Amino acid sequence: MFAYLIRRVLFAVPILIGVNFITFALFFIVNTPDDMARAQLGAKQNSPELIANWKQKHGYDKPLFLNLDAPSAVEGITDTLFVQQSIKLFVFDFGVSDAGRKISADILERIGPSLAIALPTFIIGIITSISFSLLIVLFRGSTLDSITMMIAVAIMSISGLFYIITGQVLFSKILHWVPISGFSSGWDGFKFIILPVAIGVFAGLGSGIRWYRSIFLEEINQDYVRTAKAKGLSEIKVLFKHVLQNGMLPILTGVVVVIPSLFMGSLIMESFFAIPGLGSYTIDAIASQDFSIVKAMVFLGSVLYILGLILTDISYTFFDPRVRLN
Amino acid sequence: MWNSPHHIDLLAKNVLFSSFSSPPKHLDPVISYNENEWVFNSQVYEPLLQYSYFNIPYQLEPLTLSKMPTITFLDSSNNETKNSADTSYTRYSFKIKENIYYQPHPAFAMNMKGNYIFHNLIEQDIKKIKTPTDFNTKATRKLKVDDYIYAIKRMAIKQNNSPILASMKPLIIGLESYSRKVSKAFDLKEDYRLKNYTISGVKKISATEFTILVKGVYPQFIYWLSMNFFAPIPWEAIAFYDQQILKEKNISLDTYPVGTGAYLLAENNPNKQIRLLANPNYNHGFYPSTGLSKDADQSLLDDAGKPLPFIKEVIYSLEKESVPAWNKFLQGFYDASGVSSGSFDQAISLNAGNMSLTEQMKDKDISFISVIEPSIFYFGFNMADEVVGGYSVKQQKLRQALSIAINYEEYISIFLNGRGVAAQSPIPQGIFGNLSGEQGVNTFVYDWKNNHTQRKSIATAKQLLAEAGFENGIDKDGKPLVLNFDTPLTGPDSKAILNWFRKQFKKLNIELIIRATDYNRFQDKVRTAQVQMFSWGWNADYPDPENFLFLLAGVNAPINTSGAGVNGANYDNPQFNKMFKQVKQMKSSPARQQLINKMVEIVREDAPWAFGFYPKELALKHSWYKNVWANPLANNTLKYKKINAEQRMQAIKVWNKPITWPLWLLLFFSIFAIYPLIKAYKNKQQKVIK
Amino acid sequence: MDISQISEVNGISLLWTDMMIWGLMIFLIVWGKYISSSLQVQQKWQIFFQSKIAMVSSIVLSYYLIITLLDSIQLSLEGGGTLLDILLNHMLNATERTYSAPFAITEYNKSLVVANDGIASQVYLPLKHVITDTSIVLQSVYALIYSVIIAGVLFFSHLIWLNSKYKASLKQTTLKIIRSESKLPWLTAYITIFMLILFSTWLLQLSNFYHVMGTDKVGEDVLYSVLKSIRTGVLIGLLSTIVTLPLALILGISAGLFRGWVDDIIQYVYTTLNSIPGVLLIASAVLVMHTIMNNNPDWFSSTEERADLRLLFLVLILGLTSWTGLCRLLRAETLKISQINYVSVANAFGVSKLKIITKHIMPNLSHIILITIALDFSGFVLAEAVLSYVGVGVDPTMNSWGNMINQARLEMAREPIVWWSLFSAFFFMFVLLLSANLLSDRVQKVLDPRA
Repeated sequence: MFAYLIRRVLFAVPILIGVNFITFALFFIVNTPDDMARAQLGAKQNSPELIANWKQKHGYDKPLFLNLDAPSAVEGITDTLFVQQSIKLFVFDFGVSDAGRKISADILERIGPSLAIALPTFIIGIITSISFSLLIVLFRGSTLDSITMMIAVAIMSISGLFYIITGQVLFSKILHWVPISGFSSGWDGFKFIILPVAIGVFAGLGSGIRWYRSIFLEEINQDYVRTAKAKGLSEIKVLFKHVLQNGMLPILTGVVVVIPSLFMGSLIMESFFAIPGLGSYTIDAIASQDFSIVKAMVFLGSVLYILGLILTDISYTFFDPRVRLN
Repeated sequence: MWNSPHHIDLLAKNVLFSSFSSPPKHLDPVISYNENEWVFNSQVYEPLLQYSYFNIPYQLEPLTLSKMPTITFLDSSNNETKNSADTSYTRYSFKIKENIYYQPHPAFAMNMKGNYIFHNLIEQDIKKIKTPTDFNTKATRKLKVDDYIYAIKRMAIKQNNSPILASMKPLIIGLESYSRKVSKAFDLKEDYRLKNYTISGVKKISATEFTILVKGVYPQFIYWLSMNFFAPIPWEAIAFYDQQILKEKNISLDTYPVGTGAYLLAENNPNKQIRLLANPNYNHGFYPSTGLSKDADQSLLDDAGKPLPFIKEVIYSLEKESVPAWNKFLQGFYDASGVSSGSFDQAISLNAGNMSLTEQMKDKDISFISVIEPSIFYFGFNMADEVVGGYSVKQQKLRQALSIAINYEEYISIFLNGRGVAAQSPIPQGIFGNLSGEQGVNTFVYDWKNNHTQRKSIATAKQLLAEAGFENGIDKDGKPLVLNFDTPLTGPDSKAILNWFRKQFKKLNIELIIRATDYNRFQDKVRTAQVQMFSWGWNADYPDPENFLFLLAGVNAPINTSGAGVNGANYDNPQFNKMFKQVKQMKSSPARQQLINKMVEIVREDAPWAFGFYPKELALKHSWYKNVWANPLANNTLKYKKINAEQRMQAIKVWNKPITWPLWLLLFFSIFAIYPLIKAYKNKQQKVIK
Repeated sequence: MDISQISEVNGISLLWTDMMIWGLMIFLIVWGKYISSSLQVQQKWQIFFQSKIAMVSSIVLSYYLIITLLDSIQLSLEGGGTLLDILLNHMLNATERTYSAPFAITEYNKSLVVANDGIASQVYLPLKHVITDTSIVLQSVYALIYSVIIAGVLFFSHLIWLNSKYKASLKQTTLKIIRSESKLPWLTAYITIFMLILFSTWLLQLSNFYHVMGTDKVGEDVLYSVLKSIRTGVLIGLLSTIVTLPLALILGISAGLFRGWVDDIIQYVYTTLNSIPGVLLIASAVLVMHTIMNNNPDWFSSTEERADLRLLFLVLILGLTSWTGLCRLLRAETLKISQINYVSVANAFGVSKLKIITKHIMPNLSHIILITIALDFSGFVLAEAVLSYVGVGVDPTMNSWGNMINQARLEMAREPIVWWSLFSAFFFMFVLLLSANLLSDRVQKVLDPRA
């Protein structure tokens, strides 16, 4: 088990190098360091001298991948933007943003708001999806089943932007139930997260119900369930005792992979509702072409994704005795 | 009230609620050159001069000075002279007020022995510290002229990236050589007081007096002195903020300013909110009693002579999108709001050219203020381009034809809802040099009829186009004329705007190709003169025609300055350039006006710009928000403003009653739905048993 | 050669994306002919279309596809435009000044009017391109009559074709269909087709007199925009999916079949790509594309070509960044199949790899591929809207649902609300995605051996 984990972590290293390589290549085709300097310094203050100063101050005065002026071949590769900045990333030293703020301080501060939206959406989403799908599995084959499935497909076919736009107009502007946007930490923040969470849960309901329903249906057709029913157990008892319990394994293993990504926040939701989380941080960084933040977020996203894969593997061993990692 | 985005208790207090759409990047006054930063900085920092609140045309008045600076002209041997011809230097003498104190700040805190307590912090000291206000001990210090001199010295350090250093170096005597020396020494040791070298042109006379020596005659210099670049900076703050453990927490002069102004910045969270508190040590500001024009609302002078500031706390929340910000204003949660084109019809109805509020606004007792900004948006032709550029009569005619075709009156009415005035010259209204009425008409594009301007007809434009060699949009080789328009425009409105531009060119049967790019790339193309046509804007740094005419001066063309200049049209007319040199050095006078008229006429004929429009700023405010006056050049006006919190609370309560019946309906239906489900389940069970 | 001069054929010129979609159509027809020669495949499709839902949704999808194809024939007439533009010409020319509601006869907001006597007043200005001297009901009746005629001709020819195929009498076949006794649910199909024809003729007929779905901020007919947006949506959905296919197929199958270092490298590539948050990857790629296009302004000579090139690149980027999911599924499935006995045996007998792939592996992967195509299709159409919001979507001058929804953010904040743009975009997008999703459901049911 332990050896397996070490191997997985080591496997992550080349992937992260690859990720870094892609982000560097993509970003610097678009954005020369000169561009970045100008964007950061503003329209009224971009003399060549100021730009050179800025590049030096932020470490962008080195060549991208190959330093031909370096004294030795090794330094020709190591004394470059790519290697210098990647090394720092691997020890989670994100440095300062191009605007001069500490990125790690900002990230730490923004994880809270991101989770405040993502976690409730995730948990409530699972619970409601499971309850609805249990309900329709109970009435499987009936009109209720087919109607719910049609509604589920309909929910999936609507753009999330539509839910957000109409949700804001209806609940905030017309009914005055919740603030239109904003955020505050602590219990006072409840009123801010209720609408984005509700919209998030609703938008995910369609695919959720379909997925859980298929899992439960697969279980319900197993022999042991039939045996249980033959013994005279009521449908509800069968559902909760056998189907739900045995369905937990595929559900858990399918769900674990997304847990680390919750930290990244939701891009669209956060920027519509002015939640100061990591999602809106990323969007802003793209808009203002702040490469230091973009590469930090890409790196963080990749690390979390790989973490999700590892967690999935581990959860298999925990919940399914047949699987053993080696 | 369920939908308040603020703490409800705060709404009942003397607290102003406002918003910001993009976080300030730099609050260090030596770097900051952005309006969204000055909103905060100008409340905290106090340069020597300020724009007086009510005066139009714009006028400077002393802020920390006890009187306006004395100006002496000197000849080459430093003797006073009256003759402007032999003036080599100008000396500005300043005397500041006594007894001005800085805001309370840990940087000033000393122990009994006279050592600064917080200048050598260790990890433990700042465990619970998030902002400088969290320190338990704070102190203040009297303002000295040294702080002003210190600010100029800091500006000279290249590593500080001050945007105006390049323009100040040739002006202030000795700044250039000082800058060279100090920038070299800067990395070597931490000389916080910058005592090692002096600027020869900046002299301390006494504890309250100092002088600045400026090269030649440059009347606009005094405007620079009202900007935050010349705000005093205490060296203690630099020493305090230069500690790595504070930087780790995003605490620096770039995030937490230290000043003598009416407010201090208590919290700077660019991700969420920025909070200002009234400065308890502030004692030298009083509400103005003069300057208000006769036809303005005289109740603005009710508070004349009272000590400032009135509002105790200001909370700025981050609002990136205009839509939610606007809705919150309507609900009463913001005290004032700008008007975006999306919300315009809802707020304002146009009536015989005058704006008035809609019924909905009047019901809420909202009022508005508007002012033409000292800015211009223009449509530029690249004069270095083969097709649209050039100075021959034919080439002039092409641009004149296009200037007529691009109907900015229509643009203003469609996209700005009338919040703008079509420009007749590069100089906006309210700035010296702008002429109104018939005198000010651009006769190449407009006719003067029935006491107002009328754009020339498309037929005239077609005629000009034919004379330019493109009859009906076809060149002499029979190929249709195709022009390129570069734009960094994105966002919801861009499609409509770009289509509109194409329509304008279609009128002359010219195909317009839109080359949409991001802003960086766009700037880059303008800098390298790769654009053919583009639209851009300029905000005045100071209210002087020189600040607009220099956008067309040949010395500022990117092709002449290897990309550094602001003259994106690459306009370079020797006659114009010569007159520009003269105008730059003159004080506003009839002679200057005449010269400007000549320059404007040259530009109109050459038409390097289709002049575009001067934007009009429009702001709405609730009835409880008082003493509000629009002065686009004054940034430190927060201190004059006033709130009636009780009135606000009552209004908000009435406007935001939640509508609850759908909630009950929903609940009722969910309960109602359970019964048939249970019944159906029972039926099913029985079936199974059978 | 200058790209803009490629393929000028007899007054019809094609944009890049036009060529792609027509190429795809031709490929599909040829491929369809080829595989339908197999009886097994025929049977599968028979089962597939037995479901009414599958019938309805495939007809609706074809409807969208037909509009797309009509909009993909560029005519080099005066002023340019596509075949669809000619049909909708009256709407294109009927531009008003600004917002007007569906079926309105005046503008949505009051404007200032100065009368001859110099008195100014606030009035709702009348629309320029609305003809009010006819009743909506009367025109609807006309539309009904037209559509009955069109549908009648269509159905009759179909019946005759069925007759000739099954050699039954016309009466028998008709009765069979009406009593729903035919093998395939032809009655449902007829009803659907009739509804679609009725819907289209009604819209077309009334759009001669009114702005059926109102006008937008600059007075353009919303119905026109929303119909033109169909092409953008369908192209993004279809072409992006087509771009992912070869990559996912080749890499997925080779990884599963050859294993070893091939598998390692392919796994490395897709895990790396997958681990970059999707929007970030797409956004940066789109920014790169902008740069490249700006450095090569001679690639296009008009705004349409520029927008088209941007769409093409967007499609490529979407495709190149989203093949990983399918690739992973295919790899796993191939691994599973190649361990089954007959494949190992074939391998041992020295049957060539290519033959193994085409004979044994591909047929067993078809359900995965089809299901993923259907799901990816709706994913891409939805993604277009989100990308437009982030500012990296299609060209802002292009008609697209994303651009419409993006604009609607401002419109919904107005008072009174301008709802028709959002609603129209929503409706047309919803119907397309609903049909695609329902179809994918059916594919799953019929083709997935486990379901």
